[in-house]
Amino acid sequence: MKQGTVRQILLLTDGCSNSGEDPIAIATLAKEEGLSVNVIGIMDEGDESARGLGEIEAIAQAGGGMSDVVYAKQLSQTVQMVTRKAMTQTIFGVVNREIKNILGSNKEMEDLPPEKREDLIEVVEEIGENASLDILVLVDTSASMKNKLPRVQEALLDLAISLNSRTGENDYCLYSFPGKRNPVDRLLAWTPQLDSLKGAFKKITMSGVTPTGPALKEAMKVHLKRMKKEEGYEDDEGSFMEQPGL
Amino acid sequence: MRDPSWNNRDYSFYPGQVVKGKWHGNHYRIVRLLGEGAIGKVYLAEGRGGLVAIKVSRESMSVSSEASTLRQVTKVHGVTLGPSFLDMDDVITKTGVTSFYVMEYIKGEPFLNFLREKNMEWLGILVVPLLKDLYSMHQAGWIFGDLKPENLIVTAQPISLRWIDVGGMTKVGRAVKEYTEFFDRGYWGMGDRKAAPAYDLFAVSMLMMNRGYLSRFKREEPGGIKQLMRRLRDRPLLDPYAPVIEKGMQQRYKDALMMKNDLLNLLTKGETFRHAPAVKKPVKSSPVSRQKKKRALPKERIFKGVLPTSAFASFLLFVYILYLVG
Ligand SMILES: Nc1ncnc2c1ncn2[C@@H]1O[C@H](COP(=O)(O)OP(=O)(O)OP(=O)(O)O)[C@@H](O)[C@H]1O
Repeated sequence: MKQGTVRQILLLTDGCSNSGEDPIAIATLAKEEGLSVNVIGIMDEGDESARGLGEIEAIAQAGGGMSDVVYAKQLSQTVQMVTRKAMTQTIFGVVNREIKNILGSNKEMEDLPPEKREDLIEVVEEIGENASLDILVLVDTSASMKNKLPRVQEALLDLAISLNSRTGENDYCLYSFPGKRNPVDRLLAWTPQLDSLKGAFKKITMSGVTPTGPALKEAMKVHLKRMKKEEGYEDDEGSFMEQPGL
Repeated sequence: MRDPSWNNRDYSFYPGQVVKGKWHGNHYRIVRLLGEGAIGKVYLAEGRGGLVAIKVSRESMSVSSEASTLRQVTKVHGVTLGPSFLDMDDVITKTGVTSFYVMEYIKGEPFLNFLREKNMEWLGILVVPLLKDLYSMHQAGWIFGDLKPENLIVTAQPISLRWIDVGGMTKVGRAVKEYTEFFDRGYWGMGDRKAAPAYDLFAVSMLMMNRGYLSRFKREEPGGIKQLMRRLRDRPLLDPYAPVIEKGMQQRYKDALMMKNDLLNLLTKGETFRHAPAVKKPVKSSPVSRQKKKRALPKERIFKGVLPTSAFASFLLFVYILYLVG
């Protein structure tokens, strides 16, 4: 955030966590550290019960992100929409805080007349177009996800088309959980090219457990490590609030 | 989409409800729900000057964003087919503050419904004015983005094409805000989602394809121009338009005007459509001017709160509207 970068974790899962720490607690912590956690639940065709819906929403809420539960075939549009909206929301949060600074602590966007609001929206959109985006994709590869993975891959490739159409930079990395020995396995290190994920899911071994909490914790660590690294030599990028347009 | 942490409130209105704007003080009586999209609802309502369409959303931000876009785009010289922007405000209800914006109500038939019962030349006749509008929009630095039949309405008397929904409109050079897979060149592997005139023109080609495939079709790996061209050739119905559709899909048009001219040439060649001359006339002559008059009115309405409008003037306005509508 501080560096003009929006940092997200995008969690794709098809059910409830059933092992390890509480993912909601971890998401709360992640938000505290300046990340936002978006969660997309993937349903089987014909399964209307939306398994694990409560938890999916709760994780996103705790993590300051967005969530949705969809059928595998709707995944592409949902993934890009959730990512984009979450990004706007993060930036909006920053702008709103700024409004509070300027107008007083209990003021919000809605206390501004509609005409003034439009100017702010333009600022939010401008920042959203130009900000850097670091997005860690965390894919549940428990056994029930097996038939959904081709759709997941398709949706991620599609997400790359959308995000790469922005002016700002994007960096992606891809993790699966549960890992062979660790909570997560890295499928793709930080890269501006998400296209290189093609075939990444082939190597995966399926498991019965869904340790969402521990996986989120690892994802958070990956982000924090990168943030520390960047702080070392990228101070010149400036913060959000100093970007052109504000 | 569920967005738990951000402006998530009940944003429904009910028929008969009087919505009173907090900032501008205008009243609107809700008549009925017109339609519902991914993020919002559109209601038919009665304002001071007549029927209007009101859009609400659970995201106050997207209401502001759309209102701002609609206001800007409909101001562009040469852009005449959108609903005019009338008002934006907040209403205080039991559940909190809901933002809404008010626009001209466009009464008509969905694009494909209208075309289904008509000869094929009507497709071109309606797309020509669309391309003119797009040209002006593009010149001003805006892209329509989410171009699809659901966002096009055909009005009667005179028959004319109008567009609604500015949700996808994006400034040239930015990432397209909203799109629908069938009309999206990114989905077909035919380019990125950076807002550019060619992005819209690809969608116009797919719009015409949609006339031949009413329930659309999906991408078959690897997608791309091969699949699209095969589909185009498979529909004799589309034959007359095939050259234009193909060129638009391949994004070989420099701008919307070139595509419009090609289309116009097709339509006026004479041999292409058997009944063409008989039906073309009313569309070409009257709709533009009539439409402009209609569109001018609502704008005056916004200022009624500000200007000292006498009862006499509003009576005249009322009679004038009756004259136009009737
Ligand atoms: N100005 C208007 N006049 C008449 N009808 C309208 C108008 N604006 C919207 N509608 C109706 O309301 C429906 C929903 O509107 P709109 O497409 O703007 O909503 P949306 O939430 O953006 O939907 P989507 O998710 O499809 O983009 C439209 O399909 C149309 O039937």
